[in-house]
Amino acid sequence: MSIELVIKSIFSSLFIASVIRISTPIIFPAMGGLVATAAGVPNMALEGIMNVGAFTGVMVSAYTGNVWLAILAGMVAGIMMALLLGVFHLHFKSDLFIAGLAVNLMSSGGTVFLLYILTGDKGNSSNLRSLSVPNIDIPLIKDIPFLGDILSGHPVFTYLAFLSVFLVYIFLYRTRFGTHLRAVGENPEAATTLGINVTRTRLIALAISGVLASLGGMNLSMAYLQLFQKEMAAGRGWIGIAAVHLGAYKPVGVMLASMLFGFADAISNQLGSLNIPSQLVQMIPYATTVVALAVYAIQQRQSALDRMKKYQKEHTDSLAAEASNVE
Amino acid sequence: MQPIIEMKNIVKIYDNGVVANNGVNFVVNKGEIHALVGENGAGKSTLMKILYGIEQPTDGEIILNGESVTFKSSLDAIDHKIGMVHQNFMLVPSFTVASNVVLGSEPLKKGLIDREKVLQVTQELSDQFGLFVQPDAIVDSINVGQRQRVEILKTLYRKAEILILDEPTAVLTPQETQDLFKAIRTLVQQGKTVIFITHKLREVKEISDRVTVMRHGKMIGTVDTKDVTREQMANMMVGREVFLNITKPEMKRAEKRMEIKNISFISDTGRPVLRDVSFNLYAGEILGIAGVEGNGQTELVEVLTGLKKSAGGSVIVKDEEILDHSPRDIRQKGIAHIPEDRLTNGVAVRASIEENLIVDRYFRAPYKKGFMLDYKLVDSKSNELIKQFGILTPNAKLPVGSLSGGNMQKVIVAREFSSNPYVLIASQPTRGIDVGATEFIREELVKIRTSGCAILLVSADLGEVMSLSDRIVTLYEGKITGVFPKAAEVSEEELGLYMLGIKQQTYEEMEKFL
Repeated sequence: MSIELVIKSIFSSLFIASVIRISTPIIFPAMGGLVATAAGVPNMALEGIMNVGAFTGVMVSAYTGNVWLAILAGMVAGIMMALLLGVFHLHFKSDLFIAGLAVNLMSSGGTVFLLYILTGDKGNSSNLRSLSVPNIDIPLIKDIPFLGDILSGHPVFTYLAFLSVFLVYIFLYRTRFGTHLRAVGENPEAATTLGINVTRTRLIALAISGVLASLGGMNLSMAYLQLFQKEMAAGRGWIGIAAVHLGAYKPVGVMLASMLFGFADAISNQLGSLNIPSQLVQMIPYATTVVALAVYAIQQRQSALDRMKKYQKEHTDSLAAEASNVE
Repeated sequence: MQPIIEMKNIVKIYDNGVVANNGVNFVVNKGEIHALVGENGAGKSTLMKILYGIEQPTDGEIILNGESVTFKSSLDAIDHKIGMVHQNFMLVPSFTVASNVVLGSEPLKKGLIDREKVLQVTQELSDQFGLFVQPDAIVDSINVGQRQRVEILKTLYRKAEILILDEPTAVLTPQETQDLFKAIRTLVQQGKTVIFITHKLREVKEISDRVTVMRHGKMIGTVDTKDVTREQMANMMVGREVFLNITKPEMKRAEKRMEIKNISFISDTGRPVLRDVSFNLYAGEILGIAGVEGNGQTELVEVLTGLKKSAGGSVIVKDEEILDHSPRDIRQKGIAHIPEDRLTNGVAVRASIEENLIVDRYFRAPYKKGFMLDYKLVDSKSNELIKQFGILTPNAKLPVGSLSGGNMQKVIVAREFSSNPYVLIASQPTRGIDVGATEFIREELVKIRTSGCAILLVSADLGEVMSLSDRIVTLYEGKITGVFPKAAEVSEEELGLYMLGIKQQTYEEMEKFL
């Protein structure tokens, strides 16, 4: 394929739709990471929880034939893993990062172990007949040229992912519990003195992050593909953590950061057809992560400087005003 | 006047066996301002934690409005209309003032937080009690005085009738303290009762109706404030004469020992913390830095002692540049340092007392003998210092962490003073330690100053700076705003204006005194 064709395809509705689709399994763990980070318990186990969610969804759908029950089971599994992390950290006081590492290793080893027991295969679940979630065609919108291709026809998970951004925003900034959650993250001592139970709040925050991460995992195994693969999350959980920081801990920012990574991923898919070493192309999403985080850090520093200057100016002005009042 | 609170025979023994309260009886009348004073470790904080439900008494009874109550947590106390403003503020920095005021019991509308109501109730409370705040300001951007008002509003939002203020003036400038006192008087006029914990006897005289003095976990007595003098209160606190005024022999200022020129420092976040700070230190003189905490004092000391890298400037000692040299290099030049944060920079908590005493000299003779330490010498020297500085410990082998704050500080002082310093940089030398140790350290400072050491004194306690220093420099937002060559002749109010940056001397005015 020539470079012109690649460029042309990037500006097509199908490409934009693919960005949205590819962003979905990043938005979920990123939103989960955001909620946990806001509560002061950055969830390092998102990657592992995605794998567990992906695995559980596939297995339950294969054995029960009920896709909704499978999703429910996947979410419960996600909660269990997140709570395990919570118990390690909050009850047994282990370091959050080490505990997160442990949960990740446990998840990747555990899913492969169970996969082998249940299917006799250590690589994937292709010999099981697992189900996938339906795609949704939005009436009216689907008939709009261009826009219809972009917005309609995605799997349920994709819509859920974008809905989760809105819900997380409402939750964190408009509900009482969400506000308490942020207070716990920022000043747990203050929250305690006001009767907010810090441990419980953090456990719930982790559980929420578990639900969201598991949905991201199931998006991979029940929509993107229709089977479970070893290490299926393939770094999306980690990129989700990067998105939390890059998005400045704000729901919409985190969503946009996730989509930036989705965009980089989609580009690398397109470039795969060019005569460029594939290893180089596959690096794009990860290189983007590093570059984006570096740019973000520099820009943060700059804005801190600007704020400082502004603050100083206001301060000098107010002091001058005070001094003239005194006179 | 009827009692609103009666704490009867309160005993508190902590799990580690420390008896913090030993049969304390404490009675507060409705509508009064009641000061609670005592040395560090006298048991004031424990008593208030019990009243606020944070700690549970081992024995004793709390009677509130004639009824016996038990508080399992501070929530119970809040339910009984008791509010507490802690010394370190309990605010969420990224939230607005109003969100902080209502945090924990936000007004709801259709299940979501009613943001208009949040702002409105905060404004109403602010108006009603004359506690001026801007409800929609982000807490991170407001000053300490305003933050304190937010804390008070928080308790009022929870309908507090009794307010406990834990050392509320510790972080305030003189002007802000006056504002706070005004607010406290307004609160009392509207029927509230205020318990005011403090170290500062002058404030007790100024604001309180009655005062209760505690010592060693016991209540010494409650008296009407107007009937006692400060000296009498001090006597009740420590049971002996405390010198409120330090007597210093006349200063004999000699040669220049340290020349500090245009020092700058930029914080990790890019904030300029020190801007072109210049002054000199002279033999035989104490130079005090007066400033509200957070105006660059900490960083100044850290830069001078090599703990942080500067962003430019020069420090000359004995004709040599020492700025940005390693801490050991700087120490080798004879610069001793009593650090602000005792536990982090002052001592190695788990190391023994003797190890802490030799940590600046173990690597050289006579302590070093070949590849080994001469432990006999270490032993005898440590015991000598323990005796000389009155460090209360059964032996020198105990971990320094087992000592009280005051004794720990004495270990640091013993080490630094015994190094026979050319220049001494003392940062918060008496913070958080008992009156006895405080007095001892102050006397020692004056002693080595009189014997010819050059001293830079940084302290958040303005009284300490004013009474110990020979010369005072004010620091505001990282800049020197004034220099007062005769410390004894400047008033607290005058210093306050410079500390707040409201007044500023020109460089020409300051130059010859720096």
